Amino acid sequence: MEYIENKEVIAKRIARFFTSGDVVNLGIGLPTLVANYLPDDITLILQSENGMLGLGPAPAPGQADKDLTNASSMPATMLPGGCFFDSAMSFGIIRGGHVDFTVLGVLEVDQEGNLANYKIPGKIVPGMGGAMDLVVGSKKVIAATTHFEKSGAAKLKRLCSLPLTATHEVDYVVTDLGFFEVRDGKFLLWECFPPYTPEFVISSTDADIILADDIIRSKAPRDESGS
Amino acid sequence: MIEKPVINADEAAALIKDGMVVHIGGFLGCGSPDKVIAALARSEARNLTLVCNDTAIHDEKTGKMTGMASLIPLKKFSRVIVSHIGTNPDTQRMMNSGELEVILVPQGTLAERVRAAGFGLGGILTPTGVGTEIETGKRKIIVDGKVFLLELPLGGDIALIKAKKADKAGNLVYSKTARNFNPLMAMACGIVVAEVEEIVEIGEIDPENVQTPSIMVHYLVKA
Repeated sequence: MEYIENKEVIAKRIARFFTSGDVVNLGIGLPTLVANYLPDDITLILQSENGMLGLGPAPAPGQADKDLTNASSMPATMLPGGCFFDSAMSFGIIRGGHVDFTVLGVLEVDQEGNLANYKIPGKIVPGMGGAMDLVVGSKKVIAATTHFEKSGAAKLKRLCSLPLTATHEVDYVVTDLGFFEVRDGKFLLWECFPPYTPEFVISSTDADIILADDIIRSKAPRDESGS
Repeated sequence: MIEKPVINADEAAALIKDGMVVHIGGFLGCGSPDKVIAALARSEARNLTLVCNDTAIHDEKTGKMTGMASLIPLKKFSRVIVSHIGTNPDTQRMMNSGELEVILVPQGTLAERVRAAGFGLGGILTPTGVGTEIETGKRKIIVDGKVFLLELPLGGDIALIKAKKADKAGNLVYSKTARNFNPLMAMACGIVVAEVEEIVEIGEIDPENVQTPSIMVHYLVKA
């Protein structure tokens, strides 16, 4: 089975995960795309670690305010009812358990719920920014990532080898192959996204993956009988 | 109320002496004191330690720099204590070549260490970093069965901060996400220089809306 990277399927699936009123922090990169796919009837309260609740969409052209940016330094807006605060309050909100979900990118994530996403020694060291606090402090952590590295190896591991962002904190992993829950030292596969099959996910990932009892299996067009 | 001296940016930069620990407000350049930073670039000060959220942005495609990014290739700093350097390739290069010591601190821990310095605390206990490289060399303290790292206060010699508005006494009001680390740094350093867009008469800012009390601020610079 051929793999084609698909970030859109990841962002769309995570966008369907929330309920109205959830306080959510979306990390830089792929997680930011989630905001583009939120269902119309879902209103989230987005926390931005540079100091606001109620982050809105990008401003219209010409409407950018130099004092109003998101955590990637892009021009932002605030929705009615939002508020601003300093960095100590921002991380008090994060570390204090007042953020329901954080969605972050991944270099490696393992079946113990360990996450590595801030450093490849000797190659690139962007720094952790707010990621360590977000992963430790948020009630639930969703790791969002394409399933495979450029080299072809799965980013879902038995054990991370890169420096860790945090230990035992990841609750869910959403890739372009499926929706996983980290439970009891394994990846529990709840959903498998078309055209992939659970068998393909398991055979292409060097980690312990078990199928949820009521897994939503995809049926690949060429593989109707198999799964 | 005593009025604070309004000085120009070069006079502010002249307060910074070789070897000082300099806190600079801003988040990737949003809410940074750009005029004082430009003056510091022109000054002779060297061998400084920077405390800042990040080393701002140097977009090598467009040549555009934000915040204090211009100070990095000028080799003003021998050490930077920040949470993020991913948007400044100069920092990355100088770290790799050994010209610049980079100490990465989780952003929430950095905020609390600065706050602790300004609030008279001996440190803070945080769960952030437990089980990672960050815990190396730090004391672990267990409270009610949960492991915390003892993170120490991080004060400085001088803070260069940015606010939207000051009254002549130095009471400050910030703007939107340009607030970020500025109010924390205003309390954590021996000398505080606030670059502000507007200076109004004493009494014109509603006392309910003052975000940094005037006594923290030593000098005002008009942006």
